[in-house]
Amino acid sequence: MAGRFSEYSEKVLKIFKNPVNVGVIKDPDAWGFISDPTRGVTMELFLKLDGDVIADARFRASGCGATIATTSTITQMLKGKTPGQALEITDIDLAQALELSERKHYVAELGRELIAAAVDDYRQRKALK
Amino acid sequence: MKRIYLDYAATTPLRPEVYTAMKPYLLEDFGNPSTLYSYGQEARQAVESAREKIAGLINAKPEELVFTSGGTEANNLAVKGVAQALEKQGNHIITCAIEHHSVLGPCQALENRGFEVTYLPVDEHGQVSPESVGNAITGKTVLISIMHANNEIGTLQPVAEISRLARQNGIYFHTDAVQTLGHIAVDVEELGVDLLSASAHKIYGPKGVGALYIRQGVKVAPLIDGGEQEDRRRAGTENVAGIAGFGRAAELAGTEIPEESCRLRQLRDMLISGIQAAIEDVYLNGHPSARLPGNVNISIDYVEGEAVCLNLDLENICAATGSACTTGSIEPSHVVLALGRNRRLAHGSVRFTMGKWTTEGEIERVKHVLPGIVARLRGMSPLYRQDRCQPGQAG
Repeated sequence: MAGRFSEYSEKVLKIFKNPVNVGVIKDPDAWGFISDPTRGVTMELFLKLDGDVIADARFRASGCGATIATTSTITQMLKGKTPGQALEITDIDLAQALELSERKHYVAELGRELIAAAVDDYRQRKALK
Repeated sequence: MKRIYLDYAATTPLRPEVYTAMKPYLLEDFGNPSTLYSYGQEARQAVESAREKIAGLINAKPEELVFTSGGTEANNLAVKGVAQALEKQGNHIITCAIEHHSVLGPCQALENRGFEVTYLPVDEHGQVSPESVGNAITGKTVLISIMHANNEIGTLQPVAEISRLARQNGIYFHTDAVQTLGHIAVDVEELGVDLLSASAHKIYGPKGVGALYIRQGVKVAPLIDGGEQEDRRRAGTENVAGIAGFGRAAELAGTEIPEESCRLRQLRDMLISGIQAAIEDVYLNGHPSARLPGNVNISIDYVEGEAVCLNLDLENICAATGSACTTGSIEPSHVVLALGRNRRLAHGSVRFTMGKWTTEGEIERVKHVLPGIVARLRGMSPLYRQDRCQPGQAG
């Protein structure tokens, strides 16, 4: 039992203190959900599209500081992108954007899976229409 | 803002009196205790005087104490030392699931060398049942090691009952008393232990020094060879200043236990009841009464312990968590999981441990700050609203 906050970058701490786009979108065009109970991580992503472009993104998350900061950053990175472009965001992109430590890289991997889950949901909804 | 330190179970600050006791042996009285001239004899005197003080605190004979580099080495020496000394008699060890890693690690290392280890489960409060110990004893059992109090959840074990069983069966009994020495009464005769581990830095002494009590006649093979020190049970030049500090810390603790443990119990219970009154879905980990005076360990549902501690740190409050994120492993606290809690609650565990300089004002500050932190994190948590069947709202 010991705090290891020094492993967090200034970026993670800054976003953790003031995450943006927290919340839900009612009637979203896409919804993604990732849960890793072993690691204590849950991430939820809501997207609203304007045509083929992500116009709004919101999130909820439970987990460590890196989890909350990463999910918040994802919402910012997604705005203005098409679903196809969203899928091009890699775990390395997320890790670099947040300056995540090696030990926290799994959070970036979960973030990439979250984006993939939301885009998958979007495509399924579109196919049903 | 002044920092509030509530992680005394991790380590404690050095008492000024302890520093004063150590200082001569870092500076002018620097001699090697194994030498015959005056410098050496002054150092020898310091080591033996400290040994007497620590022995006095636990009602042991001075020669029954072996100084080590800390609690971890003391636990390693007890477990591996007994196993090696008695390996011709048997290869079975009994311990429990919530021991400190410095007991579990040596047990696992012995398993790799052909030993069998029984890891007894604990009940929902973290206690080992003496019956389960009795049932686990075999003809090959050479050691039973059950901690006096758990470092995470503070639960006290029925050590005296378990040691009686060990003695009836002619088996050595070891207890890790790192969390209890200097905080509650520790008497090797009353506890009936053959081996007992202690550490200086948990009682306002320096880091890097500990001791293993070894009852006269108990066989322990050394871990470190190559010198006559500590009656050939632990080679290496003694950490004279550290040992002198340990002795002074033990001496001071001995006189203060009754009053200080009572004060900490009050602060502990004040914090537990305050948190439970202000925050819903919070569970106390560990025994409600048979627990260390200064230990509060709670699982806060729907949030992750590290995020709580990070927020507390931003408020200048230092606390610990059993969440995996801070321990480097994937699984959360093995101790909280052993209580039967699910992973979510294990990830949500937060520990506050109080000590000599903890004030009522500091506890009030935690009680004031924690509900807001939990509300903020729950407001972001998808788990919280899902379970409560409430539609999501912008956070």
